[in-house]
Amino acid sequence: MDQATDLSVFVRNPTEGVSAMDLVVDGVHCGACIVTIEKGLANEPGVRGARVNLASKRVTIEWDDGALSPAQILKKLDALGYPAYPFAAPMVDSLEAAEERRLLRCLGVAAFGAMNVMLLSVALWAGASSDANGSTRDLFHWLSALVVIPCVAYAGGAFFESAIRALRQRAVNMDVPITIGVVLSIAMSVLQTLEHAEETYFESGVMLLMFLLAGRVLDQRMRRKTRDVATNLAAIKAERAVKLTANGEAIDTPIAAILPGDLVLVCAGERVAVDGIVEDGSSDVDQSLVTGETAPISVAPGALVYAGSLNTSGALRVRVAKAATGTLLDEVNALLEKAIEQRSSYVKLADRAARLYAPVVHVTAAATFLGWLLIGANWQPALVTAISVLIITCPCALGLAVPAVQVVAASAMFRRGVMLNSGDALERLADVDTIVFDKTGTLTLPQPSLANAAEIDTEDLALAGPLALASKHPLARAVAEAAGARSPLAALEFPGQGVTIFHEGKRLKLGSIGYCKAEAQAVEVAARWPDASLIAFQGPKRTVVFAVRQAPRPDAREVIARLATAGYAIEILSGDREAAVAAVARELGISAYHAEMNPAGKIARLKVLREAGRKVAMVGDGLNDAPALAAANVSISPITAAHLTQAQADALFLGDRLAPVADAFALARKARALMVQNLWLSVIYNAIAVPVAILGLATPLIAAIAMSGSSVMVTLNAMRARSAKGTTG
Amino acid sequence: MNVLVYLVPVALALGGLGLAAFLWAMRSGQFDDLDGAAWRAIADDDLPEGRG
Repeated sequence: MDQATDLSVFVRNPTEGVSAMDLVVDGVHCGACIVTIEKGLANEPGVRGARVNLASKRVTIEWDDGALSPAQILKKLDALGYPAYPFAAPMVDSLEAAEERRLLRCLGVAAFGAMNVMLLSVALWAGASSDANGSTRDLFHWLSALVVIPCVAYAGGAFFESAIRALRQRAVNMDVPITIGVVLSIAMSVLQTLEHAEETYFESGVMLLMFLLAGRVLDQRMRRKTRDVATNLAAIKAERAVKLTANGEAIDTPIAAILPGDLVLVCAGERVAVDGIVEDGSSDVDQSLVTGETAPISVAPGALVYAGSLNTSGALRVRVAKAATGTLLDEVNALLEKAIEQRSSYVKLADRAARLYAPVVHVTAAATFLGWLLIGANWQPALVTAISVLIITCPCALGLAVPAVQVVAASAMFRRGVMLNSGDALERLADVDTIVFDKTGTLTLPQPSLANAAEIDTEDLALAGPLALASKHPLARAVAEAAGARSPLAALEFPGQGVTIFHEGKRLKLGSIGYCKAEAQAVEVAARWPDASLIAFQGPKRTVVFAVRQAPRPDAREVIARLATAGYAIEILSGDREAAVAAVARELGISAYHAEMNPAGKIARLKVLREAGRKVAMVGDGLNDAPALAAANVSISPITAAHLTQAQADALFLGDRLAPVADAFALARKARALMVQNLWLSVIYNAIAVPVAILGLATPLIAAIAMSGSSVMVTLNAMRARSAKGTTG
Repeated sequence: MNVLVYLVPVALALGGLGLAAFLWAMRSGQFDDLDGAAWRAIADDDLPEGRG
């Protein structure tokens, strides 16, 4: 790197005099890597220590203030063979990590309580209370109370808080019956102990909490894992911009450190990393990843450029701007706000079950109490039986039914390259019956490639490749890649026109149609590839025209066919020209498409679909897709999408293939079916257990066995979410 | 049944010890990197330089 690099934005100061930085190191995969990195860095003077985290593929390094620059550390790691990328952990990460630690602590406490209470309860069930006056039994009950009450008060905190929050909003979630069940079982057991009764339900209460907490810890872990990968990927592809300081220095700066008002240099062939106004220079800019429009547009001083667009010809100086009124960014932001406001709130499956479940159970318990009174029982035993109904129906299996499936399905998706951003995305994915795709960057690959390679003489391609390698132009890069060229020719580049060289006595030219005088051939090629950009090559024998376009993802056709067979309605909504969209739609076998859609148009189309009763999934990547992603029932983005767009997506997918998208829908449907199945399993369990409890036959032993039995059954059933028919891998 | 007088506290103390160990392990970051620990155990970083 010959330019100075400013990475100070990533450095933190944990204590006085010490600097620290977190880096993503993608290449670590074994013990040898850990040793190489940690030792290699520790040997550097001024370094206090480095610690590799193999699970998250990150390194934290601490050094004495001023002893080293962050760039030196990156260089050192690079020399060790591990390219590293600095990142600043988003705020949400530390909050989620704190929540995970809290849940784990609660689980530890609940496990401690369950273990010790079981020790006492099993002894009682085995007959330890056989002495005449039951004093040992009372002692054991008091000891149980002593252990359980503080444990439950601490470990149940998360459930109690959430239940109270729900009740305040006059809603019922799954935590409400859980809280009622746990609190009542403990309270009744204390009363029973005071009465010297034979049976208490201490162990049921604490065991229930333990099972549920185990489910929540796993759920939280899975989500942390997917978030870590997303953060790592963001760090690896984190763009930088060349910032021009007031005294004319060019400093390579991470985007995070660039502020509105800064001046940024964008060379030909580079992607624009910021939104801004062109101050100086003129060029053609390919905005396909922003607006979907594949034809380049000319920009001159005063024009707006957006992050993600590709500068194809001349160098530009861009003044970084905030979203000014009237720009695309401003329009997108305004639409986004509106879409988020109008987003219909999805009621999670578990909460819907709780809404049905809670009243039924509570009415049954009340009826049990009244029933026993009516047939002449005392109010005390009647109350005990009623509460035992509540305890035995306490939704242990119901509480696990959904999260257990979520954990298994999310990790199955993760293995196939799909990362879920939001907790209920799985259920919303399963509901979908219509899938709307954006074209550019979603159905097609984000990088352009040579479309008509098959129609070009290999001899011409072999000559054009090394010449193309000498050019910075992105279209030329696609030609060089197709030719497999390795060593560039020392050609002369005329910016905005092309490259030329005398090669074995002939003049070779590669560049614009006009530069190579290829107008006649261009008409023919343009008719064949309406969505392609053209670049011409004047060879020794003839002049050929290359069509460079964003080709569909390699498996797009099969995936679309697979989704259509599965019964999904498929549509394309693109910002690109009619001809370009039609070509891709025909190629992929999609009959419904809408071209030249602006962000508002996309939203309007989604609204039409939703009003027709469709559940719509939007798959898109461009800045212009962000509002549509927010307005759809559920949304997916490729990991190459714009930042603003990614933030709106419920799921992200990795790689060049489109298969993860189809897998996500298949796995979600399977997961949804298993969730429903699990809920029915717990209903069946209740149908058997409740009559037993109503008759007053539910002893604590039966309650304990029934509860853990149903939880294990539901969890085992959830394991089946690991694979679904028709998915790869 | 007099044996209970010390057996029960011993049982609770042992359980408490386990809980304390778990909380300590969590606080000191033992669960932060579940994959790395397996490799660190076999890293010969305690041997003098050049002999591992």
